[in-house]
Amino acid sequence: MSVIRLRTPLTRADVRDLRPGDRVLLSGVVYTARDAAHKRLVELLDAGKPLPFPLPGSAVFYAGPCPAPPGRVIGSVGPTTSGRMDSYAPRLMREGFHIMIGKGPRSETVRDVLRQTGCVYLSAIGGAAALTARKVTGSEPVAFEDLDTEAIAALTVEDMPLIVSDI
Amino acid sequence: MREIPAGLVAETVARLCIEANTVAGSDIVEALRRGLAREKDETPRMVLRTLLENAEIAKADSMPICQDTGMAVVFLEVGQEVYISGNLTEAVNEGVRRGYRDGYLRNSVVRDPVDRVNTGDNTPAVIHYTIVPGESLKLTVAPKGFGSENMSAVKMLKPADGLSGLEAFVIEAVKNAGGNPCPPVIVGVGVGGTFEFAASLAKRALLREVGSVNPNPFWSAAEGRLLAAINALDIGPGGFGGMTTALAVHISPYPTHIAGFPAAVNIGCHVTRHREAVL
Repeated sequence: MSVIRLRTPLTRADVRDLRPGDRVLLSGVVYTARDAAHKRLVELLDAGKPLPFPLPGSAVFYAGPCPAPPGRVIGSVGPTTSGRMDSYAPRLMREGFHIMIGKGPRSETVRDVLRQTGCVYLSAIGGAAALTARKVTGSEPVAFEDLDTEAIAALTVEDMPLIVSDI
Repeated sequence: MREIPAGLVAETVARLCIEANTVAGSDIVEALRRGLAREKDETPRMVLRTLLENAEIAKADSMPICQDTGMAVVFLEVGQEVYISGNLTEAVNEGVRRGYRDGYLRNSVVRDPVDRVNTGDNTPAVIHYTIVPGESLKLTVAPKGFGSENMSAVKMLKPADGLSGLEAFVIEAVKNAGGNPCPPVIVGVGVGGTFEFAASLAKRALLREVGSVNPNPFWSAAEGRLLAAINALDIGPGGFGGMTTALAVHISPYPTHIAGFPAAVNIGCHVTRHREAVL
């Protein structure tokens, strides 16, 4: 089993040699987005409006963090169940190459579109959220702040541990 | 008659919310260690090591073990000789409000399943009241994450389905859940009673100490068989394959109707938090 270091923004060439089961240490920026944010992202696309962050080359992290205690950049943070984003993910994948981070299996449709578009789905370890919080060095609000924990934030991560699930 | 001020209830609930979310149960930590000793392959070993390390970090950093700090499920066993001065339900919700605010826990509750506006303070809690003899008040706070809650199931089996039908239903629920509920899981099974009571039994079964033996030998044997069958599914820690898909199966039986065989499976993640206090 190999361990591959990746840094955002990503290109298709960066992920070309990944195989399911490979371990990845991801650094750079990941954008949090879960159910409510996905609904709004797809509504923006349907209305022909721009997304609030550059999707191509990005990492989308299905996560809603805990509030940051004083002196910390973020509270505990980890992946939510990816299957709930399956109805939105194909629309986003067709907007440009990116990687998705979550937990649990994806639908047949998502895996088909993923192969067509060259996108990659990586799994984080569900429930290892205090540990993941230590890998986050920055957090900036990006959009939909009214959604509280479901808002989109740009997290700066260093060596976030992931496992390649679908490619 | 003994008086317990509602303020003390709120204070206690707040403390239990924070403790349950930041300090992993020692029974679960022990069970994760036993899983690590059993696993041979590198991936399940790595996942279990990560979960154990995460529990240590959470305690050291006073951070939630998991970012899904749950919907607060609160069990109250109210002694019938107790007089609560104040509003008990409001005191529990005030405790949740304070615990989630002061513990920097995530607000994960929406006011309506359709409009989905966050209530902003993780209330209301789901509260189960039981009246018991005596003059004390027992509070159990069990914050429930929904990665695992969503994978739970209720089924009205037929009496002819028997034990094998029940076991097939439980195994199917865990199999369908796959890696979604953050395995290794605790499988709470309620069997008997009525539709809603079976679900309540399954939820309460998650409170039982992991590693404890069911006092009923028949059901203890069924738990052992189910645990072995579930751990042969190769879902494994995190859903990446392995022998440790469940840490325990807990079955709570109850009498039921001559025509019925209600069964419920409530899946708890590898954190399955609960903390209790007696006032």
